[in-house]
Amino acid sequence: MHFKRKEFLQIGSLATASLMLPKFLKAFEHKNMVPPGNKVMVVIQFSGGNDGLNTVIPITNDIYYKERPKLAIKKSSALSLTDDVGLNPALEAFKGLYDEGNLSILNNVGYPNPDRSHFRSMDIWHSASNSNDYVYTGWLGRYLDAQCNGCNKPTQILEVDDVLSLALKGNEKNGLAFTDPRRLYSSSNERFYKDINAAHQGSEETVDYLYKTMSETLSSANYIFQQSKKNPTAAAYPATEMGKNLKTIASLIMSDINTKVYYLSLGSFDTHVNQEAQQKRLFTELNDAVKAFTADLKKNNRFDDVLMMTFSEFGRRVSQNASNGTDHGTANNMFFISGGLKEKGILNAMPDLKDLNQGDLKYKVDFKNVYATVLNKWLGSDDVAILGKKYEPLNFI
Amino acid sequence: MNLSNRLKNQHLLWRAAFGPMAENAASLDDLSQKKLWELLLKTSSKSPTKIAVAQNLTDGLVKGVQDLSMQSELLKAEAGRKRRQQSRDELKNLNLLWLDEMINSEAQLREKMSLFWHGHFACRVINSFFQQELLHVIRTNALGNFGDLLKAVSKSPSMLQFLNNQQNRKGSPNENFAREVMELFTMGRGNYTENDVKEAARAFTGWGYNLQGDFVFRKFQHDGGSKTIFGKTGNFSGDDVINMLLEKPETAVFITKKVYSFFVNEQTNNTHIEWLAQRFYDNNYDLKKLLQDVFTSDWFYQEKNVGNKIKSPIELIAGIRRFLPLELDNDQSQLLFQKVLGQILFYPPNVAGWPGGRTWIDSSTLMVRLQLPQVLAAKETLTIKAKNDDDVNMGQMMEQQQRIARNKAYTNKGASADIDWSLVLKVFEKIKRDQLPQKIADTLLQSKSRINDAVLNKHLAADSRENFIKTSVIQIMATPEYQLC
Repeated sequence: MHFKRKEFLQIGSLATASLMLPKFLKAFEHKNMVPPGNKVMVVIQFSGGNDGLNTVIPITNDIYYKERPKLAIKKSSALSLTDDVGLNPALEAFKGLYDEGNLSILNNVGYPNPDRSHFRSMDIWHSASNSNDYVYTGWLGRYLDAQCNGCNKPTQILEVDDVLSLALKGNEKNGLAFTDPRRLYSSSNERFYKDINAAHQGSEETVDYLYKTMSETLSSANYIFQQSKKNPTAAAYPATEMGKNLKTIASLIMSDINTKVYYLSLGSFDTHVNQEAQQKRLFTELNDAVKAFTADLKKNNRFDDVLMMTFSEFGRRVSQNASNGTDHGTANNMFFISGGLKEKGILNAMPDLKDLNQGDLKYKVDFKNVYATVLNKWLGSDDVAILGKKYEPLNFI
Repeated sequence: MNLSNRLKNQHLLWRAAFGPMAENAASLDDLSQKKLWELLLKTSSKSPTKIAVAQNLTDGLVKGVQDLSMQSELLKAEAGRKRRQQSRDELKNLNLLWLDEMINSEAQLREKMSLFWHGHFACRVINSFFQQELLHVIRTNALGNFGDLLKAVSKSPSMLQFLNNQQNRKGSPNENFAREVMELFTMGRGNYTENDVKEAARAFTGWGYNLQGDFVFRKFQHDGGSKTIFGKTGNFSGDDVINMLLEKPETAVFITKKVYSFFVNEQTNNTHIEWLAQRFYDNNYDLKKLLQDVFTSDWFYQEKNVGNKIKSPIELIAGIRRFLPLELDNDQSQLLFQKVLGQILFYPPNVAGWPGGRTWIDSSTLMVRLQLPQVLAAKETLTIKAKNDDDVNMGQMMEQQQRIARNKAYTNKGASADIDWSLVLKVFEKIKRDQLPQKIADTLLQSKSRINDAVLNKHLAADSRENFIKTSVIQIMATPEYQLC
C-alpha cells in the first residue's frame, strides 16, 4: 500500500508540474523537448592507433622536427592554438570549437606497462583493465549492468556500428549495435519471433543467451525506432559514414530516449606507411561530421548537455619510420567537446620529447581517471563499482 | 545422457565439415564416427586446385606499374583507382568461388581447416592476386605440416605487405611482422619479450616481394649483425627465427588451444590440451594427426561439446546451403549477408582474425541470422492457412505481407533463391507423418533445446505433407537453436 501511494504521489506531482507550466513555456516544448540537464556522452574511437603528435602538434619543438624529417607538420600549416601548440590542418572545425571554449585537450593519456598490440591495447582501453589483466567486459557494459539492472531494454548505451565493441559488453547486459534504427526495427518486428520467444523455457546456456538477446532486441528495436522518428534532425550532414552516424545520434539525442552513451568508431589510423594522406582523409571525415553535429546541437540547445570524447588504443612512436609512417607507440591525447566544459583548452603539458621510454612517450594521466571523471561527474554513476577502484576525477567537467 | 549415433555423426559433420548435405543426411543413422572420419580424410586427400581469379590482373598489374613511370600524375591516379576497383571485384569472385567450395566440394575437411587458417593467418590487403596466392598456400598446406604452412605464409607477399615487412630494412626496422608472428601466429603473448621482438625484426629485414608477387630476399637490406633472441645470440636470419619459434613447445600449445576452441569447445580443457599439444609437438607439427586426435577422441563426442558452438556467418550460410540445394538469383547477395553478419572472407577485422563465439551475436546480427532462411525462401508461395479462425488468418496474412516487405531489401539484391526441394523431401520420405516434426528437428538442430510444437505449428503450412516439411525446415532454420552446432 505504502509503495503504491508513493508512486501515486510521484505521478501526481509530475502531472501537476506539467499543468502548471506557463503557456509561453509550453509553446517551446516541441522545439526543445529534452529538458536541460539530461547529460549524454558520445565516444569516438580512433581505431588503429592515431598519431597524436601529428594531431596536436608541438610546433616549436626541435626534437619533433628532427625525429620526423618528412612527416612533421610545419608550423605554418598547423592551425595555431597557442604559441607552441598547433592542430592538424584537417581539423578546422576543432580549431573553431577551441576558440569558442568548447574543446579541451588532455595530453599524455595512457596506462602503466603499455601494450603495443592493437587488439590487446584496445581491449585494455575497452575493459579498463590493467595491462596484465584479462577482463572480458567493457567499462560501458558494466555501466549498463548498473543502469539496466532488471530492465528489458538495454538502450542506455548504443553503438552505431555493425558490430558491438567489447566496451559495451557487460556481465549481465550487452549494449545494442545498429547502423540504422529502421533496419533494426523491420528485422525484428515479426510474430514468429515473438511467439517462439514467449514459449522458450530455460535450456542450455548458449541457447538462453541467444533468446535473451532476441527478447531484448524485440523490445529495444521498437523503442529506438519510435524515438528516432520523434524529432528527426533536419540539419544537413556530410554523406560520409561518420556524418550519417552522427545524424542518427543527433536525432536520438533530441528525442526523449533513455540513452546516455553513444559509441562510434573511425579508422583505420594504423599508419605504418604513407601516413599523411590517410590521417588527412580520416580527419576530414571526422571534422566535417563533427562540425555539422555541434552546429545542430547548438541550434537545438543541447550542446551544453552533450560531451563528445575521443580516444585511440595508443599513440605512435616519436620517430617516423622509413616508409613515411609511424610504428605503434604509447601515450596519446584525447579531445573533449561540449558546451558544458568547466576547464577549456589545453589541460596539461604537451608531451616531453626529451623523456622517452624506448622512443615512446611516457604517460602522465591514466585513462581510467578520465573514465572515472565522466562516469561520476557526467553520467552520475558509481565509478568505483564500475572500475573496481577509486581513480581521482579530473576537473574538465 | 546417451547421444544418438545420428547426433554424433552430425556433430562431426558440423565441426570437421560444413554440416550434413541433403544427399547424405538420411544415411547418418547407422554409420560409425570412425568410418565417417575416414571418409572425411579420404575425400580431402587430394591437393586442391588453385582458385584463380586474378591471373589476368597480375599481368595487368605488372604492366600497369611499369607503364606508370611514363604517365602523368593524373593518369597514374586514375590507373591506380581502376586497378584497385578491379582488384576488389576479383576479391569478390575469390570469396564466392571459395564459399562455393565450402558448400559443394567433397574436400570438406580441407576447406574447413582452411577457414580456420584463414582466420589464424588473418590478412587484409586489396591486391587480389596476393590474396589468391595466400589462399592457395593455406588450402594446400591446411592438413599438412604446420611448420611448412607457417613458412609459406610468412613468405607470401600478402602477409609481407599486410604486416609491413616490405618496409623492414637494415637500420630502420619495421617490427610489425616480427611481433605478430610471435603473438598471433606461434607462441602467443607472455612467451617473449619486447626485446625479442626488436631483435627478430632485424632478422626479418630484407624479406620482401617483387611486382610479380614472388618472395625476394634483398640481401643489401638485411641486417647481418648479431642478434639476441630468446636468450641465444647469433647472426640469425628470418628462417632461423621461424625455426626457433617452431622449437618452442609453447607454439604447439598455442596452436592446439586455438584448434580446440575452434573445433571442440571455447572452454578449453587443460588435460586435453596438454595431451594433444605434446603429441602435436612430438609428431613434428603434423596437422592431420592433430585433427585425428581431436575427432577420434571420446571426449569430442561428449554432450558438453555438442551443440554449444555459435556458427560463424560463413558456417551458417554454408550449412544452410548444404542442406538446402538452391540457386540464388544473384550469387553476390552472399557478400551482403557476410557483411551484415560480420564476417567477410578476405576482410578480417584485424590481424587477430575473427574473435568468434558470442561476439558473432548482437541484436542486429542475430535478427539477420534469423531472417536468412526466410529471405532465401521468399519466392516460395507457401500459404499458411487451414486454421478456421479469421483473426488468426488475418494476422498471418499481415505477417506474410510484412515479411515480404521486410525481405525486399534483400530480395531486391538477388538474395532469394530457387530451392530444389526434391533432395530435402527425400531425406524424410520414409518418416511417418506423426514422427515428422521430431525427425526434422533432430536432423537440423544440434542443441538440446527444441521449439515448442504448438507454437511451431501455428507458423507451418499443414495443407500437404510436402508443404509441412518445407515450412518446418525454413522455420526451424529461423530460430536461435539453429545458430548452434
